[in-house]
Amino acid sequence: MTTSAQQTLDVVWRLEAPRITARLARLVGDLDTAEELTQDTFVAALRRWTQDGVPNNPAAWLASTSRFLAVDLIRRRDVERSKYRQIASSETSVVDAGELGNDVALGDDLLGLIFMACHPVLSPDARSALTLKYLCQLNNAEIARAFFTSESTIAQRIVRSKRTLSAAGVRFTLPEAQERTVRLASVLEVIYLLFNEGYTATIGDAWIRADLCQEAMRLGRILVAVVPDDTEAIGLLALMELQASRLHARVTENGEPILLMEQDRTQWDRLLIRRGLDGLQQLTKLGGGTGPYTLQAGIAACHARAARAADTDWTSIAALYDALSQVTPSPVIELNRAVAVGMAFGPAQGLAVAEPLRFKTATKDNHLLAAVIGDLLCRNGQHEEAGASFSGPPHWRSTAGNARCCSNGPRAARIIHRSRREWTAHELDANENHHGTTPPLDRGPSSIAIH
Amino acid sequence: MRFMVMHYSTEDNEAGVPPNPEQMAAVGELMQEYATSGVLLGGEGVQASSKGARIEFTDGDIRVIDGPFAEAKELIAGFAILEVSSREEAIELAKRFASVVGTPRIDVRQVMEYSDLQ
Repeated sequence: MTTSAQQTLDVVWRLEAPRITARLARLVGDLDTAEELTQDTFVAALRRWTQDGVPNNPAAWLASTSRFLAVDLIRRRDVERSKYRQIASSETSVVDAGELGNDVALGDDLLGLIFMACHPVLSPDARSALTLKYLCQLNNAEIARAFFTSESTIAQRIVRSKRTLSAAGVRFTLPEAQERTVRLASVLEVIYLLFNEGYTATIGDAWIRADLCQEAMRLGRILVAVVPDDTEAIGLLALMELQASRLHARVTENGEPILLMEQDRTQWDRLLIRRGLDGLQQLTKLGGGTGPYTLQAGIAACHARAARAADTDWTSIAALYDALSQVTPSPVIELNRAVAVGMAFGPAQGLAVAEPLRFKTATKDNHLLAAVIGDLLCRNGQHEEAGASFSGPPHWRSTAGNARCCSNGPRAARIIHRSRREWTAHELDANENHHGTTPPLDRGPSSIAIH
Repeated sequence: MRFMVMHYSTEDNEAGVPPNPEQMAAVGELMQEYATSGVLLGGEGVQASSKGARIEFTDGDIRVIDGPFAEAKELIAGFAILEVSSREEAIELAKRFASVVGTPRIDVRQVMEYSDLQ
């Protein structure tokens, strides 16, 4: 009986903990106290349930117990008497075992907690750590694995973060209007960073990192549920779902990347594609969106809609990259735009977009650029120039390019084609949704291609 | 992990008797809660079997039978797909659903994923 109560508590706890912490954060105002009370709630449940058995409605039991503990703490501290009265009076409804849905404020509670964890006063790493801890219920070891760092580093990071929040006087609030938009932007950034950590790292890595994509998507779903009118939140979720739909198709058994254009599309997850496309559909109902996440989702949707690679609507993709390059200009986006334009309107047009990048500091030495230009030149019938593109400086050479490609046109074309696709499509798959303002985390096996 | 949660019908479901407003509100609230927790990937109710059909295959013989069908409790009334971290979580969420919707039985089945086929 004891074991079963503990097991049940573990299961229920995983489901309930974030909202318990969120509700407590709303009641007591600060994260540290909220965490303390959350732990007290767990201890109380463990003690009581092993003694008396699991209650009929475990979630409601946890909710009411956490509330009583909060009231108790505030009363004991005797500091904010008016607040105690306020809480006590708002909680007069007797919570019985049959009551489940008295959490009218669930959405708001979670949103407030998300805003605290992603507060701008914290560093991006700190925001990610707190979000994973309080909203995803990952323990320090799991968070450490997510960031390729040690458990003690994470433990310290969390302690310091809570101290920072405390020192800055950050309280549980729900910002309005313009502030909310700004605050949401930092939340979206945290979520997408997490997603990318899982997505780009799955190349050549174990499947454990697909879990990070799952956590990110779950956070995205929560966000869309609590802020349903925010177009970029919907756009981000759609983007993540469409990218994640390809998770199983983009890596061989040996962990090598499979080009997007060569992936077995029957392995694309249709449930996620459906959800992603529905999300974009939802956006058109809301009047459309032109934010970077939404645009990137649109690009991913073009790929998702094509039953075969040959069916890809490159014209739309080119137009979307065009829009994206105006919203968040970046060399990677420009490079991807060159590829899309080349596919949609022919290699000459693609070259027109790619050529200027030869002279930009960020891209001039990039082997990816060399591969793209080489391929476009090849397709444009300029085999000699294509060869030159690959017999340039060592860091310009593709993995397969060599001097012989100058003399043998078709072979050169194949080699260059393959080599550019080896990088470009991988890069496209990994970074077509590159959010210009935030570079992908440059650590571990994910830093294959440098943008 | 994904789980499909299927709840089975009552005689009222099969008779096309609509659920009372309180029950509808409670179900709606629970679904919203599941959505807000980020666990709900999708789900629908299905209509009475009188609107459906059954196809049976025996030794190369195909038989199409129009509803309604006999045993209400053998027929699903709806399904949901949940994204959770364990079978036990799916069961817990299914139990909560059962407490707001009248149903004699809920089946929880794990959805096949690519890694399962390896």
